[in-house]
Amino acid sequence: MNKVFNRRTLVVAIEVPILLLNSDRRDRKREMGLGIFTSMLLRRTIIQRSTKLLSPQSPIFNNSFVRPIVSTPELKNPEAAQADPVPDSPPLPPRSPVGGARVHFPNPEDAIEVFVDGYPVKIPKGFTVLQACEVAGVDIPRFCYHSRLSIAGNCRMCLVEVEKSPKPVASCAMPALPGMKIKTDTPMAKKAREGVMEFLLMNHPLDCPICDQGGECDLQDQSMAFGSDRGRFTEMKRSVVDKNLGPLVKTVMTRCIQCTRCVRFATEVAGVQDLGMLGRGSGEEIGTYVEKLMTSELSGNVIDICPVGALTSKPFAFKARNWELKGTESIDVMDAVGSNIRIDSRGPEVMRILPRLNEDINEEWISDKTRFCYDGLKRQRLNDPMIRGNDGRFKAVSWRDALAVVAEVMNQINPEEIVGIAGQLSDAESMMALKDLLNRMGSNNVWCEGNGMQTQADLRSGYLMNSSISGLEKADVFLLVGCQPRVEAAMVNARIRKAVRSNLAKVGYIGPPTDFNYEHQHLGTGPQTLLQIAEGRHPFCSAITNAKKPAIIVSAGLFEREDKDAIFSTVEAIAKNGNVIRPDWNGLNVLLLNAAQAAALDLGLIPESNKAIESAKFLYLMGADDVNLDKLQGDAFVVYQGHHGDNSVYRANVILPAAAFSEKEGTYENTEGFTQQTLPAVPTVGDARDDWKILRALSEVAGVKLPYDSLMDIRSRIRIVAPNLLSIDEREPATFSALIKPEFPHSMSSTPFKAAIENFYMTNSITRASKIMAQCSAQLAKK
Amino acid sequence: MFARQAAQRLLEIRQIFRQSPQASRSFSTALNYHIDTPDNNPNIRWEFNEANKEKAKEILSHYPSNYKQSAVIPLLDLAQQQHGGWLTVSAMNEVARIIEVAPIRVYEVATFYSMFNRSKVGKYHLLVCGTTPCMIRGSREIEEALLKHLGVKRNEVTKDGLFSVGEMECMGCCVNAPMITVADYSNGSEGYTYNYYEDVTPKRVVEIVEMLRKGEKPTPGTQNPNRIKAGPEGGNKTLLSEPPAPRCRDLEAC
Ligand code: SF4
Ligand code: FES
Ligand code: FES
Repeated sequence: MNKVFNRRTLVVAIEVPILLLNSDRRDRKREMGLGIFTSMLLRRTIIQRSTKLLSPQSPIFNNSFVRPIVSTPELKNPEAAQADPVPDSPPLPPRSPVGGARVHFPNPEDAIEVFVDGYPVKIPKGFTVLQACEVAGVDIPRFCYHSRLSIAGNCRMCLVEVEKSPKPVASCAMPALPGMKIKTDTPMAKKAREGVMEFLLMNHPLDCPICDQGGECDLQDQSMAFGSDRGRFTEMKRSVVDKNLGPLVKTVMTRCIQCTRCVRFATEVAGVQDLGMLGRGSGEEIGTYVEKLMTSELSGNVIDICPVGALTSKPFAFKARNWELKGTESIDVMDAVGSNIRIDSRGPEVMRILPRLNEDINEEWISDKTRFCYDGLKRQRLNDPMIRGNDGRFKAVSWRDALAVVAEVMNQINPEEIVGIAGQLSDAESMMALKDLLNRMGSNNVWCEGNGMQTQADLRSGYLMNSSISGLEKADVFLLVGCQPRVEAAMVNARIRKAVRSNLAKVGYIGPPTDFNYEHQHLGTGPQTLLQIAEGRHPFCSAITNAKKPAIIVSAGLFEREDKDAIFSTVEAIAKNGNVIRPDWNGLNVLLLNAAQAAALDLGLIPESNKAIESAKFLYLMGADDVNLDKLQGDAFVVYQGHHGDNSVYRANVILPAAAFSEKEGTYENTEGFTQQTLPAVPTVGDARDDWKILRALSEVAGVKLPYDSLMDIRSRIRIVAPNLLSIDEREPATFSALIKPEFPHSMSSTPFKAAIENFYMTNSITRASKIMAQCSAQLAKK
Repeated sequence: MFARQAAQRLLEIRQIFRQSPQASRSFSTALNYHIDTPDNNPNIRWEFNEANKEKAKEILSHYPSNYKQSAVIPLLDLAQQQHGGWLTVSAMNEVARIIEVAPIRVYEVATFYSMFNRSKVGKYHLLVCGTTPCMIRGSREIEEALLKHLGVKRNEVTKDGLFSVGEMECMGCCVNAPMITVADYSNGSEGYTYNYYEDVTPKRVVEIVEMLRKGEKPTPGTQNPNRIKAGPEGGNKTLLSEPPAPRCRDLEAC
């Protein structure tokens, strides 16, 4: 008897193909509740049944593993079940589209009506059956279909029944036709799914317990919901050699189900044609054929789109299970795009960063820098307030002592010689506090790094992306002035690429030679070319004038140039000649480089004199690590308030530890003027405090108490200065700029434009502290 | 009694799950990735020769200029003929350059078709059809005979570089199964032939190999002297008289 028991457990373990890892998956977006329930029921029946099956006398068993595959009795005989007269069903409850999706009818006359499970829905012409089902609130299982990629139709998981069609149809690839009667939960559809699932699991390894995708795996979820409880495949499973795709993406290619989402993503969105589908039949595999790393700044997204655990995050491998993580919806600050992210943390540690859907900004992608910078949050952090002693070494002190020293020095210095610089990761609240503090001390020399010394912040249209990030998709001609979107703002680049692909937009580029992942014309390297275009002496002029929606993008890297004003008025002249600004389209854009810039300009953080650093005696750096301090006088007193021991710490006299973006609530404005807020995901490290709190405390010690005690109070102060920063999750477009100067001074210097960003992976203190980013840059250097 | 039966069951279960060497799946295609070797790496320059450049141009002219990529298969074929029956990475890169696509798109095609060899083959590449009809008519024995005679493994080249044996799928002459194909690369792309030898026997294939070795060209087609092409052995047995004319349809009946 003992042996029988052993055998039973053995077979049960083999037969339950997918291990239910944790019921927390119930809160996943697909409705899993029912699947789990049935699976529990089924497991019990398997145990009972397998006892019977295994008894030596059982005829079935003698027949060497002939088992019925269908899991529910009525599925064994779909025709009979169908023939059953359906009792008068009660009126169907109204349904709402999956995920609250909105249906946009480009052309109301083109609407057609189809029936999904008897429920009529109106959809625009050209929708697929799968989309129609989604509008009707039915979530069709799928693997290869992805709404942002082309349709492949190769997984067959989305099979549904269509009345009068003899076979189940792949709904993702079938256009919906008027009057179509689609049935998604008939025995035929269910059986088809079960069969497809069995085929998919045939070659899929049973390694869910050691798979990083476990708990958020589409295959796991869908096999629970739609699959059978057993398979009939007793041959060997195949295995596939793992590929080396670089330091970010880990591959376990045996798990791949050949949906080709990653191939389509790489070709269509990322624009690097490296991945392909090699071989055929059961020898088919995803790979690069020749040894090649995936060199895209968007490569991390293949981790999200891979429905199984074939492509997972290398830095996150074996670190955590997704149900242990706490998700905090926040905003990325690595560039000026403000991608929406979810920070997944466990206890005090950020474990990973994932994208959140935002159609206007990042769609559902994020750049590799955004995704993998998080390990920088754990390294080189400043924990305690510190003062540099006479021996040049830092000594940890209490906040009280540190603030007292700073306040004392600050009070002894002439107001004009006090200078404050906000760093590129600063939030609007702390920049407001910094400006107020310095103003109260009598100085107005405060600005944000990257904005340059001769900033014009009077007109918002002069520093924002006026056609909006999503608007770029509609443009048909781009003129990039000193702007390398691929490294400056990868998500904006993805939009431009989209426009190039779908509208066949032309791209002209002026600047140093650089990599593009779409077709472009390199027009020149410096202001001369710009001048030629402005004066109409360049062949590209006609492209701009003939365009329906021309877009000019100027890089904020030019803000640092001496002849910035001349360049901008030349660009404005081009805009005027090419009719780039129209009542319904403003194509004159500035692409900012970092997260704090837009809010800083909105708040009026502008230096009073352009020799501010040279004459400074007291320099307050709020996280500013990329300012050039060479010209600073030797006896100047430097306070560094920030979260990382980075460039500026070497020159600092006092260090005040502050919170990083993952640890605080702060308002950020992105390059198109879209205001968003970060939320604290993890506690601050050591004795660090929020930036604005430090400034507020300092102001009190220095005797110029700032009148706010909470974020709310600061925000009411911001309301007076820049009310748009309070309309969260809204884009406040610049009011129309009619102020185009007609003539342009020919005083541009002839120095060619410089690349604004040398190394995509290392642009701020967090990324410079990150090991993953260091690996990526090493790989970049090798290339 | 019960225990003994149970033990036997256990043995049976083991049997089912134990993997016999036969049970491991065999794939007809070679490795799906490239490993650098001295004679096959991306740094070797590869070009079509003058005559084939003309041919390539001719092939490209069959397709509209914005669908150059349609020429991928004929060009790969040409490259393979020129390169002695196999494609190096550089050859595929060159094709990719000509049809203006990313190299991976060409690799995808070349790995898909088992007729494109991505590792060295002999001057005479012998392909044994392994699909069901041929298999039933004894293709396994044919392959065995070939391998034994030549002293190589599948996809290996004989020491003198003359022969290699591969497997492929149905070539559409199952009526004369079993069959082998001889791809003759000994004369470059001009003298390239790709001949079917049908109705072969283990003895006959060895003869064919020996004839090829001597430089003779055995007659392709059925090797059964009693058959004419795909006709039945020993002459026609049916349809001996003139077939009757088609009957008129009875329109009334419809
Ligand atoms: S690796 Fe993932 S995304 Fe790519 S084909 Fe395989 S399963 Fe699909
Ligand atoms: S989702 Fe329709 S075939 Fe893959
Ligand atoms: S099976 Fe061998 S030719 Fe068809």
